[in-house]
Amino acid sequence: MFPPIPNPSVASDAATPRFGEKDILRRSASEVTPPAQRLTEVAKLIDVSKCIGCKACQAACLEWNNLTEEIGFNHGVYTNPMDLTPDTFTLMRFTEWVNPETENLEWLIRKDGCMHCEDPGCLKACPAPGAIVQYSNGIVDFQHDNCIGCGYCIKGCPFNIPRISKVDHTAYKCTLCSDRVAVGQGPACQKACPTQAIVFGTKDEMKDWAELRITDLKSRGFANAGLYDPPGVGGTHVMYVLHHADTPSIYAGLPDNPRISPLVDAWKGVTKYVGLAVMGFAAAAGFLHYVVAGPNKVSEEDEENAERLADGTPPPAPPAGLQEGRTP
Amino acid sequence: MSAGNLKSRHQQPTPDDVEPGDSVRPGHPVQVSRYTVAARINHWVTALSLILLALSGMALFTPSLFFLTGLFGGGQWTRALHPWIGVVLFFSFAGLFLRFWKANLPAREDGTWLARISDVLRGREERLPEIGKYNAGQKFVFWGMSGLIIVLIASGIAMWDQYFYAFTSIEQKRVAVLVHAVAAVCIICVWIIHVYAAIWVKGTIGAMTRGKVTGGWAWRHHRKWLRELVGTRPGKRPPTPAE
Repeated sequence: MFPPIPNPSVASDAATPRFGEKDILRRSASEVTPPAQRLTEVAKLIDVSKCIGCKACQAACLEWNNLTEEIGFNHGVYTNPMDLTPDTFTLMRFTEWVNPETENLEWLIRKDGCMHCEDPGCLKACPAPGAIVQYSNGIVDFQHDNCIGCGYCIKGCPFNIPRISKVDHTAYKCTLCSDRVAVGQGPACQKACPTQAIVFGTKDEMKDWAELRITDLKSRGFANAGLYDPPGVGGTHVMYVLHHADTPSIYAGLPDNPRISPLVDAWKGVTKYVGLAVMGFAAAAGFLHYVVAGPNKVSEEDEENAERLADGTPPPAPPAGLQEGRTP
Repeated sequence: MSAGNLKSRHQQPTPDDVEPGDSVRPGHPVQVSRYTVAARINHWVTALSLILLALSGMALFTPSLFFLTGLFGGGQWTRALHPWIGVVLFFSFAGLFLRFWKANLPAREDGTWLARISDVLRGREERLPEIGKYNAGQKFVFWGMSGLIIVLIASGIAMWDQYFYAFTSIEQKRVAVLVHAVAAVCIICVWIIHVYAAIWVKGTIGAMTRGKVTGGWAWRHHRKWLRELVGTRPGKRPPTPAE
């Protein structure tokens, strides 16, 4: 058993946040000087092989974050609601999968939610300064005061996590309980989990713990058991132990090789710089042309010719040699 | 329009580039009506929309211009208003399109005009063919704007999450934001060309403000059009007082 996080101290200084503004590693649409010293990276480890699908984590998340999900419909499956919403930061996704090797039905249950990427696509896509921050302990958090509700984070995210609220038009997702972690607690979902399928600690501790679990699973015949810490996004601060780590997508569409979409990279990278340069060049070319060529003015002669034409007196024929290309 | 069209039924047909309301009034200088009041209002509604769209769009395009959201009442307001201004632009430009598309059809002299683009840029218009109501550059602006506005409204709707989130996949939305950004850069460049040409070619802006240009301006820049207007003038010369 992984040693549980002790209950909070009741000492008067225990509620002082252990990280904050000074620990911001990345800030959306802003340049920040990274903190000189990085906090120990934290991580949540979700061991799908130990999950019993009780949804205690889902309930604890609603409770801690003071969220009320709309009463929905029973679609005949355990997954409820059917997708993440602005009020459902974490969702148990249930998949009935027939293992082709054993012909056994396997009930795959994955707790979906923000992965807290080391290279967050949402933060990269966000146009609003400070609406998304990444703390040096790895937590990616949305700052609702700065959010403008554009939904660019949805396009940036490789895991399809953020949702825009129709109530306040800002984006919502799992905070990794940054408020709890700041005072030395684990996330609410981890606290509620009855089987220790969710554990929380430093990222190194979690990797070590995952190693033990994977060894155990392999000894039980799950040859492809492994850790899901996808390198395409620089690793994540929410990791899974999967019994079929060779095919993450069987777990309700967990991306096999997540990375920030090249379209988002192009949009936020080359398009921005080339676009601004091209527009600047067009304006500068106009200015330069005016300086060099001077204004294109109508002459007195032009006015006289027009008057003759309007009066019916034939204006002088144009100079010879310039007729070609004219319409008859 | 009715008088011109009725007449043309018996005489030669009205050329494509003569639009309703285009007319010549002799005098010193000759006055040429180029745009009706309705066309001008239509133009300026479109122009204002495009400028507001460029400002709000640039604010969301690059963090260094995010401060422009202040003009619209902050980030949330900018995000909410930008698509609606786009809808205004789309319909307003549709009005311009219906007014101007015929006069912007390709003409034979456009090729020569383009081939002599260096003379155009040097302002040596005596070396250019006689041009109808619009030259090839103006036609480029017209068709460029038309095409880009279609692309922008289509990609814009795909990324208008407030109302249309459910209609596209996230991958399609990613394509849409990239296409929208590239098309926006293009249309701003076309707009720069359009505005610069109006500033460079003196006497042009009056066409879109008072609706008139001088005969000399029309002679210099759109002589074919001027000839057509003189040719289709009812009763020709001399003008009767009633006209």
